[in-house]
Amino acid sequence: MSLMSYVVLAAVLFAVGTTTVLVRRNAIIAFMGIELMLNATNLALVTFARMHGNLSGQVLAFFVMVVAAAEVVVGLAIIVAIFRARRSVSVDDVNLLKDVRDPA
Amino acid sequence: MIPEFVTPTVEWAPLTPVLFVLGAAVVGVLLEAFLPAGLRRPVQIGLSLLATGGALIAVAVLWGPVMDTGGYDVLGGSLIVDGPTLVAQGLIALLAMLSVLVMADRTAAKEDAFAPMVSASPGSDYERLALRRGMQQTEVYPLLLFATGGMLIFGSTGDLLTMFVALEVLSLPLYLLAGMARRRRLQSQEASLKYFLLGAFASALFIFGVALIYGATGSISFSGIAAAVPTPTGTEPLLLAGAVLLLTGLFFKVGAVPFHLWAPDVYQGAPTPITGFMAAATKVAAFLAILRVVYVMLYGLGWELTAVLWTVTIASMLVGTVAALVQNDIKRLLAYSSVAHAGFVLVGVTALDVRGPSSVLFYLLAYGLATVGAFAVISLVRERSASGGVTAEATSLGQWSGLGREHPVIGAAFVLFLLSFAGIPLTAGFVGKFAVFSAAVSGDAWPLALIGVLASAAAAFAYVKVIVAMYFPTTERTQGDGEESEAAPTSGAAGTTLVAAPARTTTVTVVRTEGWATVAIGVSAILTVLLGVLPGPVLDAIEQISLFLL
Repeated sequence: MSLMSYVVLAAVLFAVGTTTVLVRRNAIIAFMGIELMLNATNLALVTFARMHGNLSGQVLAFFVMVVAAAEVVVGLAIIVAIFRARRSVSVDDVNLLKDVRDPA
Repeated sequence: MIPEFVTPTVEWAPLTPVLFVLGAAVVGVLLEAFLPAGLRRPVQIGLSLLATGGALIAVAVLWGPVMDTGGYDVLGGSLIVDGPTLVAQGLIALLAMLSVLVMADRTAAKEDAFAPMVSASPGSDYERLALRRGMQQTEVYPLLLFATGGMLIFGSTGDLLTMFVALEVLSLPLYLLAGMARRRRLQSQEASLKYFLLGAFASALFIFGVALIYGATGSISFSGIAAAVPTPTGTEPLLLAGAVLLLTGLFFKVGAVPFHLWAPDVYQGAPTPITGFMAAATKVAAFLAILRVVYVMLYGLGWELTAVLWTVTIASMLVGTVAALVQNDIKRLLAYSSVAHAGFVLVGVTALDVRGPSSVLFYLLAYGLATVGAFAVISLVRERSASGGVTAEATSLGQWSGLGREHPVIGAAFVLFLLSFAGIPLTAGFVGKFAVFSAAVSGDAWPLALIGVLASAAAAFAYVKVIVAMYFPTTERTQGDGEESEAAPTSGAAGTTLVAAPARTTTVTVVRTEGWATVAIGVSAILTVLLGVLPGPVLDAIEQISLFLL
């Protein structure tokens, strides 16, 4: 199996993640889509590192993991705060921000 | 056999601006844990001002050596301290310092713009308890410093790994800061969620772009990629796709069309001092990163990227301008105007001219000062309830009518910032617009300059609409929440509607505060005028030092 298959798999996973973010309404699921995109990136990175025979890609993959962990911390904190205030994490329900029309 | 470990040599001196800010941020977190509650606020504010001021001084000290040597690459090329880096770092430090002043400001009731206890649900008993105990959020200062530190690094990186980490270091604190407003907390949390989801999505696109570029070139350093781009290897589609994804992530950060949809919501919901900070300072950092990507890393790809850059530039100018014209909320209006401004700055980038970088940096200086100042003014314009308590900000344009007459000084400052946004002569905004448009003309991108001039003429209507409302109220001031008092019809019947101020449930006023925000407004206003009247020295200084180090 050639290394290119891994790149194709990474691209497919990335596309699945992107679709999840754009289509799903639940903030947690959308967030999982983002995580899937990051992990697809990791797969692509290590594959390319193997192809080019240098370590930059692998190092980058480690950093992506750390950043993903930090993102989870911040993201879940925000989602939990919203859930406690409104008992819902649907992104369709967060619709307070819009232009107000003057009554006059 | 294991090769001997060679300790890397680190040149610490060029890192000092970053070290000051990030060091102070770490110290700030510790202070938050160990200081008694009463001391935290003054110490945190002092530390933040010291750190940003120290970074400014460090930039000034580094200026001479960098001008002589052309710059340093530090940490094995991960960080590049050259002229544009220094200009941007100085700008970011200045804007952060002004933003700290706006954040530190409190009303007479000792309330700042931030929720007393962010972790408490809005309207819960826990929140009321925190409010009664007079708790005050001070994590905002270390968070702001972390974001500032990320911005200082973001535009000055020499490889894509550092750029990605810096992108996250600047973004994550901003996601949190957006959700910390004291008033209208549900809206603030909503802004935070939207900013986070879309921001994380954009960073995922960015990092996948990095992976594709790495796959195509086998390198993640700018110099390595720049060297690999011109040699044909059959991986050009990969490289081009990677470049577009990478730029998408960066365009998101500056709020360029079609990646601007978060901007109005987040600008409106976030605490106003934070809105000003992220509008101004994030743009400086992200535009320097875009410049570095377009002018250094992918210069050999300039032709292929032209279509993308031109589309985004023109779309940003047009969409931002048209949408700004129809807004009725002052924060949303400035958000769309910032989208248009992102387009104007992109004109300087897209020009691919030697004068591009210096004109972009000057524009960002002018725009940043006016933005921080304008949002500082907005943070002072509040609703006052019938009982006399100062409540949330009055952001509806209807509420601003007549404000300029009642509060001439603050009104004049706001008009000045709007004129600078509009690019009226004798303000910094005019010089900035002139610089980017003339860079576009000399870079053979005159259609961009033409559209830019037309768009800024149209955008001026949006600003003039606000000015007219502030000084020439056609009707009496209306209430944003639609509450009309019963006195209004009677006074209307007496034919005195225009002058009589009927008793109403809320009034709008420029609130009296401890004065910190006024200092920031004053500094921004003075610099805006100075740069408009005497731009020569600053323009020359930026131009002399604006060469990128490869």
